[in-house]
Amino acid sequence: MAHLQPDSPYATERFADTTKTIAFSPEAKAKFDALLERYPTKEAALLPALHLAQEEIGWVSPEVMVYLAGLLDLEPAKVLGVVTFYNMYNQRPVGRHHVQVCTNLSCMIRNAYDIYDRCLSKLGIHPGETTKDGRITVTEVECLGSCGTAPVVQINNDYHENASVESIDTLLDTLK
Amino acid sequence: MEPIRVLTKNVGKPGSASIDTYISGGGYESLKKALKSTPDELVQLVKDSEMRGRGGAGFPTGMKWSFLPKDSPKPRYLLCNADESEPGTFKDRVIIEHDPHLLIEGMIISAFAIRSCPMSYIYIRGEFHHGAMVLNRALDEARAKGFLGKNILGSGFDLDITVHRGAGAYICGEEMGLIESIEGHRGQPRVKPPFPAVVGVFGSPTIVNNVETLSCVPLIVEHGAEWFKSFGQPKNTGPKLYCVSGHVKKPGVYEFPMGVNLQELIYEHCGGITDDLPLKAVIPGGGSAPMLTPAEIDLPMNFDALMKAGTMFGSAGIIVMNSSTCIVDATWRMAKFFAHESCGQCTPCREGTNWMETILDRIERGGGRPQDADLLFDMTDNIGGKSLCALGDAACGPVASAVKKFRDEFIYHIEHKGCLPGTKRYRRLDMPVGAH
Ligand SMILES: Cc1cc2nc3c(=O)[nH]c(=O)nc-3n(C[C@H](O)[C@H](O)[C@H](O)COP(=O)(O)O)c2cc1C
Ligand code: SF4
Ligand code: FES
Repeated sequence: MAHLQPDSPYATERFADTTKTIAFSPEAKAKFDALLERYPTKEAALLPALHLAQEEIGWVSPEVMVYLAGLLDLEPAKVLGVVTFYNMYNQRPVGRHHVQVCTNLSCMIRNAYDIYDRCLSKLGIHPGETTKDGRITVTEVECLGSCGTAPVVQINNDYHENASVESIDTLLDTLK
Repeated sequence: MEPIRVLTKNVGKPGSASIDTYISGGGYESLKKALKSTPDELVQLVKDSEMRGRGGAGFPTGMKWSFLPKDSPKPRYLLCNADESEPGTFKDRVIIEHDPHLLIEGMIISAFAIRSCPMSYIYIRGEFHHGAMVLNRALDEARAKGFLGKNILGSGFDLDITVHRGAGAYICGEEMGLIESIEGHRGQPRVKPPFPAVVGVFGSPTIVNNVETLSCVPLIVEHGAEWFKSFGQPKNTGPKLYCVSGHVKKPGVYEFPMGVNLQELIYEHCGGITDDLPLKAVIPGGGSAPMLTPAEIDLPMNFDALMKAGTMFGSAGIIVMNSSTCIVDATWRMAKFFAHESCGQCTPCREGTNWMETILDRIERGGGRPQDADLLFDMTDNIGGKSLCALGDAACGPVASAVKKFRDEFIYHIEHKGCLPGTKRYRRLDMPVGAH
């Protein structure tokens, strides 16, 4: 799972800036309130609430964690624990297009690493990094549950199936 | 054996996900029929069908339902496991995206049969964003028609269904991990017992069933238990979805009666091996299942036959590898998966999976030590059966079987510091590595 590294340059970003106040937009707040109706406990709304927050601002910042902890009567540390456990919550900002290349076995033996390699070298970034213009982040992910159309690349919410180095190459150029 | 279209009968119809298409094909008639019988009759019907769960463990569904305590004052929950994260598995997604009402009808009947409380959850993996949207649209349609909500079709039974999205963690497919995750926690499985049927989600008796399992229920209600048993073999009954991926010419989801011959499936229905190379290995039941060699695949794909062959039917995710595959590389990739997905709760699994990945990586890189094959084998013995949940055992399946069945290739790799001639590694070793 995601590891918190105390000496990483991101460590200081893990403290919420208490001078910043953030809040859901009215539409998101309405969705959040509707969520609470669906569960017998407030805590159970945490995962969907984190999704909601990430849809709004693109990542789960420390301020978001503190804000949600307040809304759900939880300790911020508990929220941090949940956020760091799950892969999909971005613990730092990502590009406008999050390119996630599946390299698990069925995709690997259909040359997924060539695609992954091509994405990184074309954009000149390391795994998990974002291009300087904030356009694209590239990460390697585990099986996306689409192995029959391997290799598969997920870009934001969409699956690109039967991908190839060429098709991804062209696609990357079209991402604005 | 010929392919069938039973579970997949609506897949491919125009607008197959819409309620009108579903109803025009006879949809929701099973629900009407079920609501006229008693819950106990329905549990008995599912028992009589001898259906075994399609999620991996193959536990008899009717029996699972009958484990719910009779006298507990607490509400009961039905959870649908749509986490579908087992490598090589992509069958539930077909039902979710192309025939969501089959699953919803199955859930309503099942919830009625177990006398569930008025809320049920579908735990769907977070990456299936499209699937979650399709389900939510379908649920709205079902509510509008009165199949969900208060007093469904005048039966006095109330039910609503909530789609709960996961957030990228394989372990949340394990039923106790799933329960923790719905409650809003890290998906770290709890110790069993107590089993979910006694203490599950929100402290209440809970049934967790796979998407495909629940989707079979309307069919059993419609056609009867004997009809269901007419597919397959004794104790291995029903229509079944098979996922075939990797080095075959026509990968995809295939529907057959339980027990289709694995060799026939690969060579006849999937068009054989890519590049017409010889077959090297098959993982028959999703990434957790021990590998089979070409000499071992002339067998029926069902729970008991695969168990007898020393592997498992699991999720029926069949991954085919041809002779160009470096088996050390393939094993490394599976080990990497389990190291990444171990929830970190127990030491043998957390440390062991990471060590297996490290050792396999060093063999790939030419740094393998003469004793590494034995070391790997020994490690699987120290993880399997000594961890809290079945992920620990799952992680050992591919590694132990590969080392045992392809021992010569491992030794060659260690001695020659490279892949066996004619096989290849699928990654560049100098590729930058991301943290996980
Ligand atoms: C590590 C692990 C991952 C699992 N992943 C899934 C999954 O993605 N989908 C699923 O239906 N069952 C999965 N299972 C099996 C579930 O624990 C559970 O047995 C199943 O959902 C029960 O449903 P069934 O009786 O209908 O098969 C997994 C089990 C383990 C140990
Ligand atoms: S066996 Fe592994 S995944 Fe399962 S509880 Fe233990 S550490 Fe977690
Ligand atoms: S291995 Fe890539 S989608 Fe399953």
